[in-house]
Amino acid sequence: MEHLFNILFVSIFPGNILLSYFLGMCSFVAVSRNMSTATGLGIAVVFVMTITNPVNWLVYHYLLAPGALAWAGLPHVDLSFLKFLTFIAVIAAMVQSVEMIIDTFSPALYTALGVFLPLIAVNCAILGAALFMVERDYTLMESVVYGFGSGVGWMLAIVTMSALRFKMRYSDVPKGLQGFGITMIVSGLLAMTFMLFSGMAV
Amino acid sequence: MKLTRTKSYKVFRAALWAENPISKQILGICSALAVTVQLKTAFVMALSLTLVICFSNVLVSLLRNYIPRNIRIIAELVIIASLVILADQILKAFVYDISKQLSVFVGLIITNCIVMGRAEAFAMTNPPLPSFFDGLGNGFGYGLILMAVAFIRELLGSGKLFGIQVVPDAFYAAGYANMGLLVLAPGAFIVIGLLFWLQNALTPEKKI
Repeated sequence: MEHLFNILFVSIFPGNILLSYFLGMCSFVAVSRNMSTATGLGIAVVFVMTITNPVNWLVYHYLLAPGALAWAGLPHVDLSFLKFLTFIAVIAAMVQSVEMIIDTFSPALYTALGVFLPLIAVNCAILGAALFMVERDYTLMESVVYGFGSGVGWMLAIVTMSALRFKMRYSDVPKGLQGFGITMIVSGLLAMTFMLFSGMAV
Repeated sequence: MKLTRTKSYKVFRAALWAENPISKQILGICSALAVTVQLKTAFVMALSLTLVICFSNVLVSLLRNYIPRNIRIIAELVIIASLVILADQILKAFVYDISKQLSVFVGLIITNCIVMGRAEAFAMTNPPLPSFFDGLGNGFGYGLILMAVAFIRELLGSGKLFGIQVVPDAFYAAGYANMGLLVLAPGAFIVIGLLFWLQNALTPEKKI
């Protein structure tokens, strides 16, 4: 239990997927202009990541990993080179079905998240989390926790950033630095604050 | 016709500087920040991305009249993902150490917005040859920023270039110290922000 909590804590703060592994930067820069959109996208990312990570775990460990096809009588087959193609297909398919399920059961949630869901399929944070999960040999339960934690960390970073950019609207930024430049520098400072948690062990 | 007048050359040049994928179009920043601790990894990453983007542009452009409009994104993704698998296998076979250091970032070329963006914006509507040069230009433009960031980070962060120590020992003896911040994540953000400022200062008329 402590171990799982540790994964959660590390994936939210010191090992934040956005600020220390730089994943999902494109949408981070583009969407952090507006706080409500940032929150919406953040929630959608948490949602999709928590679902896709364990699904990708199952796919990897029962179909792709070296020796995973033993249950089908093919113990020497190693399909792990197919993981990129399979993961991206799984993510795209999951996003599509999540979209349809939400549309059917909760129209209110759909109107809030609907626009963001298609964007998520190409968010590299999702694919990145799946690939890190393989690289670090997580178990199924750990992969759920890791997916959730990374999603929350990403959301925390983008919401903080949008709030900072909102405040910065009235500051006197040098002309050449406006827009992308200052966003990067502020993210650098933000990354420093997130790294301060790295000394804490749970 | 002179070389500098051809469409291919114009496309190549625009992508290199004025329409630079990272600093002007703000695409593909993820990997630009992550692999730039050392020049060596940055170089290999830029090379693999250039290869993938050139071939994906050519393939998408060749198939552009056969891909139905509705499923074009999936078709493009499959083309890109297959090329990335190829690049990853080649790296694993020939430069295993660097491939370990790059870890998941080679795989993340699939979701790198530059590749997808160029396939969608350029290759879908242009013949193969200009598409190839568009890919080459974007790959090199990406590489240019990557190498610049990696140069600053490796030189100031660990006193080395391509893994060879360039800051003389006498400097360290005199009290010079490596800037540890640049090796860590925040350094990457700050360096790229300042580089963006520099490029804007050099080309002042354009504004985002």
